[in-house]
Amino acid sequence: MLGDYSLGDLGAIFAMQGFAGLILFSVYLLMALGLAIIFGQMGVINMAHGEFMILGAYVTYLCSTFCQTYLPALFPIYFFIAMGLAFLASGALGMLVEWGLIRFLYKRPLDTLLATWGLSLILQQAYRSIFGAREVGVELPSWLIGSVQVTDTIEIPINGLFVMAVTILITVCVALLIFRSRFGQQVRAVMSNRAMAGAVGIDTEKVDRYTFGLGCGIAGIAGSAFTMIGSTGPTSGQLYIVDTFLIVVFGGAASLLGTIASAFSISQTQSTLEFFLSGSMAKVITLLAVVGILMLRPQGLFTLKVRR
Amino acid sequence: MNAAILPSPVVGAEAAPPDYLLAVEALTVSFDGFKAVNDVSFYVDPDEIRVIIGPNGAGKTTVLDLICGRTKASAGSIKYKGQELTKLSESAIVQAGVGRKFQTPSIYDDLTVFENLEISFPRGRSVFGALTFKRDAEVRDRIHAIAETIFLKDQLKERAEFLSHGQKQWLEIGMLLIQDPELLMLDEPVAGMSVGERIKTAELLNQIIKGRSVLVIEHDMKFVEDIAHRVTVLHQGKVLSEGSMDRVKNDPKVIEVYLGH
Amino acid sequence: MTNPVQTLTKSVTVNDNPFMKPVEWLSLFLLAGVILVVLPLMLDGFRLNLVGKYLTYAFVALGLVICWGYAGILSLGQGVFFGLGGYGMAMYLKLEASSIENTKIQSTPGIPDFMDWNQITALPWFWQPFKSLPLTIVLAVAVPVLFAMLISFAMFKRRVGGTYFAIITQAIAAILTILIVGQQGYTGGINGITDLRTLHGWDIRTDSAKFILYFVNGGLLIACILAAQYVKKSKLGRILVAMRDKEDRVRFSGYSVAGFKVFAFCFAAGLAAIGGAMFTLQVGFMSPSFVGIVPSIEMVIYAAVGGRLSLFGAVWGTLLVNWAKTSFSESFPDLWLFGLGALFIAVVLAFPNGLAGIWREHIEPRLTRRAKSLQAPEPAIVPPHGAPAE
Repeated sequence: MLGDYSLGDLGAIFAMQGFAGLILFSVYLLMALGLAIIFGQMGVINMAHGEFMILGAYVTYLCSTFCQTYLPALFPIYFFIAMGLAFLASGALGMLVEWGLIRFLYKRPLDTLLATWGLSLILQQAYRSIFGAREVGVELPSWLIGSVQVTDTIEIPINGLFVMAVTILITVCVALLIFRSRFGQQVRAVMSNRAMAGAVGIDTEKVDRYTFGLGCGIAGIAGSAFTMIGSTGPTSGQLYIVDTFLIVVFGGAASLLGTIASAFSISQTQSTLEFFLSGSMAKVITLLAVVGILMLRPQGLFTLKVRR
Repeated sequence: MNAAILPSPVVGAEAAPPDYLLAVEALTVSFDGFKAVNDVSFYVDPDEIRVIIGPNGAGKTTVLDLICGRTKASAGSIKYKGQELTKLSESAIVQAGVGRKFQTPSIYDDLTVFENLEISFPRGRSVFGALTFKRDAEVRDRIHAIAETIFLKDQLKERAEFLSHGQKQWLEIGMLLIQDPELLMLDEPVAGMSVGERIKTAELLNQIIKGRSVLVIEHDMKFVEDIAHRVTVLHQGKVLSEGSMDRVKNDPKVIEVYLGH
Repeated sequence: MTNPVQTLTKSVTVNDNPFMKPVEWLSLFLLAGVILVVLPLMLDGFRLNLVGKYLTYAFVALGLVICWGYAGILSLGQGVFFGLGGYGMAMYLKLEASSIENTKIQSTPGIPDFMDWNQITALPWFWQPFKSLPLTIVLAVAVPVLFAMLISFAMFKRRVGGTYFAIITQAIAAILTILIVGQQGYTGGINGITDLRTLHGWDIRTDSAKFILYFVNGGLLIACILAAQYVKKSKLGRILVAMRDKEDRVRFSGYSVAGFKVFAFCFAAGLAAIGGAMFTLQVGFMSPSFVGIVPSIEMVIYAAVGGRLSLFGAVWGTLLVNWAKTSFSESFPDLWLFGLGALFIAVVLAFPNGLAGIWREHIEPRLTRRAKSLQAPEPAIVPPHGAPAE
């Protein structure tokens, strides 16, 4: 299949597909970061994670429509407002869910999985009732439209660059928050030894609630970014949940670097294959490869050997 | 080459003399560079009661984990009756005749005492064997006999969850007894027991150690003195001292790191 | 809860481990009576066929009781095995419906219509065995079971369990769906395999055929309940419970834990495959919408609602959830997803042992008390929360 293209063409194809893969990488990474916090740190399987992302996407959509209609002056920068609001909305819903549901299930991870699946069904139906079953898209401000011409065969869309910049920024913030801040220290303390952390005066319930909220909030930002590359419907989130879980597990849960590496390799593989095969076969091969590797190396890419 | 295939007692050139039941040599395991067990060697004779003591974090439980296959060794060898254990799976090690009791009672809460003992009965251990296993008179009689020994004859139909802490410990010892291992490994068998239970347990252990070798981890020095033939002291993953209780007690190195505190 | 002290002689002579206790025989007769007598008398052909469809899901729920309830292995990929079984049967039926005579207008007569539409000119190799009915019956169960063995052996040997296993099985369900939908020419794509007509010359579309198939289905389900009861009652069943509790202890009692887990998973896969094959026969088509993530996790909720530890509960749960689904989505389609979602949450939070748990904790003790006042049988020992149903 490679024979039909000249070397220069192939280079351009790989570069363009590679860049398309980078946008997918951004969304995957943002989704996976939230999940890595919730699953990797707390051990909670949040099957409604995709719905938290879609909430962020809907908030962005509302923000875009609102700014367009009432505050055209703000329209060029609405995206920044939308991301903030998406974070707050998803994060707040996440904290509510933690309080109402998750906190009863910390000792039963498989049951959390079922309960959050139920939650995802409810959220999907709620979106359908509120926003309608039809997919919605956002209007981009003019500065995000267009592309940068790198060479005569390679051009890179600006919104893609923007999404990537946002992703990098958020990844750095999350890393700082988890590994450098007092909050992150408390989170890690609670996750490694709940009883001990409680004994030294950490309010473990509060830490749980904020951690879960943080993970969901990041999913909300992922939703904001998602609106740039796809349209939003009530069930759009569900399409990403399996991929996202695989990314987190593949990267070795609880490893930030692993999550980044695995999101990168999965999105790049898929995007490159997509050019040569049909989209569905590219996905099948990518997922099969991940599942196959996980069967042989269940601990994922990055893990420490610890005493059981 | 032939010796590896046929470990017959005639071949006297084996590294470990065949009269040791268990020969642990140069055993090392490291977790992320930290050597929890470092170059440990010791030998256990048939019918010997060996107690391993040492401060917390000395690697005592890890040594048991290594012998029973729960943790894989980084280096060194464990020979049981001339058979290398480091390469075997946990279940194969049990089937070779090594039994292990855990530190916290490890029993099946959702099953009755009878069923707990039945599962440990050494028959029908394959999938097919378990499907076709019959609870016949031999099984019943053995379970009732063991239950009598471990003071649980009246609790056979009770769910194990409802036993007291001490009773759970006894049940786990019973589960090992029914396996009839030649090497019995006990991790702190009297920890967390009331005084009354402790006395009964000592009595129980004295009764069951006959005819087999026992490897015990214990902190209770009175208890150790009562039962130990020989004592091995571990400290920071290494063997600090070994010998009779009297010898170990008077070893200045031991006094410094352990008994002296 | 003190037990009567049993004398040694008594427990040796009395069979304290019967295949089924009286109350279980009663449950079995009740279920068989409802499925095989009451429903056929009460319902019209259309509704009865609907119940027949639900019963095919009950096979899956039954398998999940053993695999999830007893062994603690949550599989979110049961649709894969249901689908493989169903597709196996559908491939046979489709080939029979695609005789040269029936398909003479195609550019390649004798192959299924969707292959012809997709410019495929010869029957692919993996369709060949499904020309034979005996081979089809064997393969419809063997292929899913072998596939389950492949997946689970690789994972359980490496001690992967719990949530990881659930996620991987879910991913496999997703992969298989994408594959089936994408490979339209070989699988019939999103529409699945439709327009099935005869089974070895017997027209399965007629009302009388559907009626007979309903009873075959019900009979097979009862047989599978008995098979599952045998597994549950054997020492293997108790080892599964023990493993769920303390995996390490089982290992150090000399069992190879992986082997038992593989067995439980394959057993569940086999039951799901039988259900899938019966589904194709009863409903007359098979499509990827019964393979993917959503149907797979819905099958888990059937078992959860019925009670993950009760074989009979699983069947009742399946019937109840599906009946509710059908009647709700007929009248209030919007409400159904809210209801299903709430059901997931309620079952997990409030009734972890489902209908069977409610029965055991609230209704059965009352009945036993009443029965006791009439005669004087043995005092019933009520297993508390999380106890295996016996």
